[in-house]
Amino acid sequence: MRLELGKINIKDVVLGSEMKVSSGVLTVDVNQLEALVLEDDRIQKVTIELAKPGDSIRITPVKDVIEPRVKVNGSGTIFPGVIDNKVAQVGDGRTHVLSGTSVITVGKIMGFQEGIVDMSGIGADYTPFSKTLNICVVLEPVEGIEPHAYETAAREAGLKVANAIGEAGKTVVPDTIEVFEHLGLVGQAMAYPELPKIGYVCMLQSQGLLHDTYVYGVDAKNIIPTIMAPTEFMDGAVISGNCVASCDKIPTYLHQNDPIIEDLLAKHGKELNFMGVIITNENVFLADKERSSDGVAKLAKMMNLDGVLISEEGYGNPDTDLMMNCKKVERNGIKTVLITDEFPGRDGKSESLADAVKEADALVSCGQGNLVITMPPMDKVIGTLEDIETMIGGYDGSMKEDGSIEAEIQIIISATSAFGCNKLSARMY
Amino acid sequence: MKKFRVVHYINNFFAGIGGEEKADIPPEMRVGAHGPGLALQQAFGEEAEVVATVICGDSYYGENMESAEEELLEMIKEQSPDLFIAGPAFNAGRYGVACGAIAKAVQESLDIPVVSGMYEENPGVDMFKKEFHIIKTGNSAADMRHSMPKLATLGMKLLKGDLIGSPSEEQYHTRGIRINYFNDKRGSLRAVEMLLKKVKGQTYETEYPMPDFGQVAPNPAIKDFTQVKVAIVTSGGVVPTDNPDRIESSSATKYGIYDISAYEAMPSDVFTTIHGGYDRTYALEDINRVVPLDVMRELEKEGRIGSLEKYFVTTTGTGTSVGNARRFGQEFSQKLMEDGVGAVILTST
Repeated sequence: MRLELGKINIKDVVLGSEMKVSSGVLTVDVNQLEALVLEDDRIQKVTIELAKPGDSIRITPVKDVIEPRVKVNGSGTIFPGVIDNKVAQVGDGRTHVLSGTSVITVGKIMGFQEGIVDMSGIGADYTPFSKTLNICVVLEPVEGIEPHAYETAAREAGLKVANAIGEAGKTVVPDTIEVFEHLGLVGQAMAYPELPKIGYVCMLQSQGLLHDTYVYGVDAKNIIPTIMAPTEFMDGAVISGNCVASCDKIPTYLHQNDPIIEDLLAKHGKELNFMGVIITNENVFLADKERSSDGVAKLAKMMNLDGVLISEEGYGNPDTDLMMNCKKVERNGIKTVLITDEFPGRDGKSESLADAVKEADALVSCGQGNLVITMPPMDKVIGTLEDIETMIGGYDGSMKEDGSIEAEIQIIISATSAFGCNKLSARMY
Repeated sequence: MKKFRVVHYINNFFAGIGGEEKADIPPEMRVGAHGPGLALQQAFGEEAEVVATVICGDSYYGENMESAEEELLEMIKEQSPDLFIAGPAFNAGRYGVACGAIAKAVQESLDIPVVSGMYEENPGVDMFKKEFHIIKTGNSAADMRHSMPKLATLGMKLLKGDLIGSPSEEQYHTRGIRINYFNDKRGSLRAVEMLLKKVKGQTYETEYPMPDFGQVAPNPAIKDFTQVKVAIVTSGGVVPTDNPDRIESSSATKYGIYDISAYEAMPSDVFTTIHGGYDRTYALEDINRVVPLDVMRELEKEGRIGSLEKYFVTTTGTGTSVGNARRFGQEFSQKLMEDGVGAVILTST
């Protein structure tokens, strides 16, 4: 499999009446996007708003963040198997990226777990999405809608908008083109026989009930572990459909731009041999946990790996999946490094994880989510501040009269994401 | 410039009042710096003044903990100190424990910074390192000249609200507190680099050594349920609809105890769930799914349990620190035991 990833660097975004990219400026057709979203009967109103780095803007409650991309050639479309896109193999051919932009879905709360993106101030330091040009899709569902239906409608609205915007990059000449090729397991092993064979176990959130991830349109609860090429993620084969705690949410954007995949590819053929990605789930039943972790360990062994990185989405219950995967992979003689975040309480004095095994002797911490910070008021709010105090990370008294918010950094989107996209970490004092 | 006021705590031995035979002297206070306090004063220079020294025999403290603490606190309060220094106690166990306990009490009741110093094997280190900073010292008073300036330096930083460095920078015993910082590299890259080292058999350092949760031994099985009073305890976030105790949706710092004696089943207009970690749809449809009062009442009527306690205990499990959970459990189990509860049904979500 061979993918050419062409990045079109977008320097600015404006709202307009056509969809185009010209000299690095993206114009989005507001009417087209609104009409597209309103095709869905479950949505009664939608507005499109922009938020740029440095703006005094607070976006909340955020549901998903998606990067606009388009398939230029090769089989399939971006986001295969969802919205109206046919299921077809992706990860091959050529894909264009409107780099530096993102689509953010916003709207009335459905769970408690949709957080904040601040475009400036201290809150902006914690989220990767304060650095992107954000096209916010503010949704209002019909009265009395059931939460799961609302989640589906919001998820699909975001994907449809990102899909439509991505089309604007189809014929644009990219600023950079990177090529990623997977030679097949045997070919890959033979290409760099002297380098350590490294895999990546990507644990997909699948606790269910608003905590789901989709793979080629399939609910990840229903998958058993399987092998994927890195380029499939770049083409949107995996999408987020969950309201897990904001700080460690892996929005679709991070599946498209998985930093672990990026850093492994950067060293591929030089310091390591990146053999591929094993995806698995985080189901709540013990039998599922046993089956999936057995499957992960088996695939790692069948791929003759020397080492694997294991990431996690969520905390608490999935800590058990993380530890089971670690233990079983290590018992097959394969080295592991875990990437996760910590929840040791606001005073930082408690145990950081809900489960532990002695094999987990190499762990990278993406920070502790219970840290309390105060985010200054913003001139403009995209969405609503109504639910701040009941959102995860918020508490009674979080919402101050002057519009500032005192809350745990849990409330900030992807602040402690266990994909390691940030520089935040925690250490022992 | 105003000089900061410091009160210093030492034992009878360091105050020059005899040895073990005088370890039973009660608390007393002396004006100014005494014994090791002179070195402390020297380290502070012009910035702070040791205004008083409080002294207590180690045996006396050990045998009269509550009253000694109270007396010492009174003496210390009178001095309106800005900073409190205890010891250093080096490897003297009873002295270390006394320094720790009094420093903790001062920190809590006067809300001022406190610092002590101890040798790593002093039992006071493990007992109090999470509460406040304890400077690493040698194992005997021979280290006094070397360690006192470190206590003073850290004390001044705490007083001024300066950023406190890592344990190795400031030379205090690692407190076991997880604090965030921004690394030079993103997490994914650090992970790739750590894995390459691990695969090659090179040394690497994990960023979080695995915790030891300890083991809770289960109680023996109940032989005859028909004689036992049962209570329901849940981490499912079920509260009265107005959430009177403002229990958090996640990272709970509180728990609630609510009366259910009037109900045959959990009424959905009286109770709700504020838990932020699961989809509440099915719990809100029927709150008995989380607090199974309906079934417990049946068991009660059938005589299969002795009785059901008139209240249930509740908190939010998601994100709640082990420390808080442990505290809740210790507190409410006391109440449950006093109320004659012999068994608990724990429901989680």
